[in-house]
Amino acid sequence: MNYTLKEMMTLVAAREIRNGDIVFCGTGISMLAAMAAKNINAPESVIFFETGAIDSKLEDLPLAVGDSRIMYQASSNGGLLDAFATMQNRFTGEHIVGILGAAQIDIYGNLNSTVIGDYQQPAVRFAGSGGACDVASFVSRSIIFMKQEKRKFKVQLDYLTSPGYLDGPDGRENAGLPKGGPHRVITDMGVMGFDDGTKRMFLEGYYPGVTPEDILEKMEFEIDISRAGEVLPPTLEELTLLREKCDPHRLIL
Amino acid sequence: MKTNTHKVMGLKEAMGKYVKDGCHLSIGGFTINRNPMAAVYEIIRQQIKGIHLYAHSNGQGVDELVGAGCISCLEIAYGGMGKFSSTCIRFRKAIEDKKIRVEDYSNYQMTLRFLAGSMGIPFLPTRSSLGTDIIEKWGFPIEFRQADNRLPDNKLVVLENPFGTWCDTKRVVLVPAINPDVTIIHVQKADYLGNCRIEGLTFADVEQAKAAKALIITCEELLDDDYLKNEPDRNQIPFIHADAVVHLPYGAYPTACYQYYDYDPIYLKEYVKKAKDDALYRSYIEESILKHRTHSDLLDSIGRRRLEMISADKNRGYAKNLDRR
Repeated sequence: MNYTLKEMMTLVAAREIRNGDIVFCGTGISMLAAMAAKNINAPESVIFFETGAIDSKLEDLPLAVGDSRIMYQASSNGGLLDAFATMQNRFTGEHIVGILGAAQIDIYGNLNSTVIGDYQQPAVRFAGSGGACDVASFVSRSIIFMKQEKRKFKVQLDYLTSPGYLDGPDGRENAGLPKGGPHRVITDMGVMGFDDGTKRMFLEGYYPGVTPEDILEKMEFEIDISRAGEVLPPTLEELTLLREKCDPHRLIL
Repeated sequence: MKTNTHKVMGLKEAMGKYVKDGCHLSIGGFTINRNPMAAVYEIIRQQIKGIHLYAHSNGQGVDELVGAGCISCLEIAYGGMGKFSSTCIRFRKAIEDKKIRVEDYSNYQMTLRFLAGSMGIPFLPTRSSLGTDIIEKWGFPIEFRQADNRLPDNKLVVLENPFGTWCDTKRVVLVPAINPDVTIIHVQKADYLGNCRIEGLTFADVEQAKAAKALIITCEELLDDDYLKNEPDRNQIPFIHADAVVHLPYGAYPTACYQYYDYDPIYLKEYVKKAKDDALYRSYIEESILKHRTHSDLLDSIGRRRLEMISADKNRGYAKNLDRR
């Protein structure tokens, strides 16, 4: 069965989503992962957008979180205030899974989506936080999509946009953030988790045809690879549902 | 704020009257939806400069205002256009070339800032961004803030929870209120007095509208008095906030307007291509904006066929069969 890395990443993320989860998603692959989970393994998950739509029908793939496609047959169409309050709310926030992406990540899952270089004189400017910092601050667990590149897995971020575990196990509590934090990092080569004790990133899985050493080579910092196993490739059923139900026009895939 | 007078006027007049050089402005919408684009293009035509712009994620409108050189300072959460461009191109160029000053917040923080402004209080608290560079790193230096009485002295302030550990919260971040000189929003329906009905997501339009000293509304449909008042539960902004109402069908084009039309993928893709090249972009501003005297001239140049392609299906709210590849 042939599949692309993008399909693999989408499905690996979808497998992390469970029934009952409320899934916050952004544009692109994260939206597709949430739709895939809903169509494949977690039909009772709820898709939720920072712009204020909850449980949208999503007959067609939205190309932005402001796309009118998310407004069709939603439970309610509110606004940004409602959406972020739902994440900060201690009763609903606990059930929310955030799907995020970034330009840089460090060993504690802190993210940079603002600048490369000095903040005052950036070499490269990105879009900025958007809702990512809010999501990373509030929700119980987040799934992060990254490209596996040395310049992206950094010892020191150029700018800390969205909080992971900050500087270690007590980082969030010391800062005053709610519990929670990054749960998985999904790249084009494998999957990382975060150690329960140290909150440091470790390699959980590598894709068929990739070795843990290949992955380490594409990171600036060292992570534990002793717990890693091969990730199951997509099944025929997963691929069929992803391609036919979620993105038939291949707008993201 | 005005009460019982008719506020209907033309776009040129409304922009000329309220949007001045150096004013503090906010625009409604989100990424590629319901940006008040006709108003944005008119600001560009009138070559209004030195604007201090407040945005959360108003993608296309922000990028065009920045690209045309109308903006000097930008407070923003996100400069992106979804799948069309993950980072707005002219926004990125302007910051890298140090053409504008920028201050970063999160989307929730910007929304709360408008809410605080609309409530008449100096700040609101949140738990977002504790431990991050959004608190640590400032785009506007403190001397710059202190020298301008229209800006708060601090970007953000961290406060220990004054209620002890109430709500299991150790500390909060205080975000300063925003009261723009002008907010411009584009809505589906408004009446002569300025009562508004937004269909679909409101984004942060309502808070932005109510925080402003002057509110300009552009609308798809301009209705007689009392039409909207027959179903008040569906209205979000009462007329007392409004200063000007401009009837502008396709006023959000090329961004979307739920229940009326979709975004125009052809326009947005071409825009991204042109934005990447300075010479092409200059000719875009000249040929696609300045050459047209009005928004309806601009729409004529796009042509009826394209507008029909993006026309929304009434039972979906968007163009179901639109080719977006």
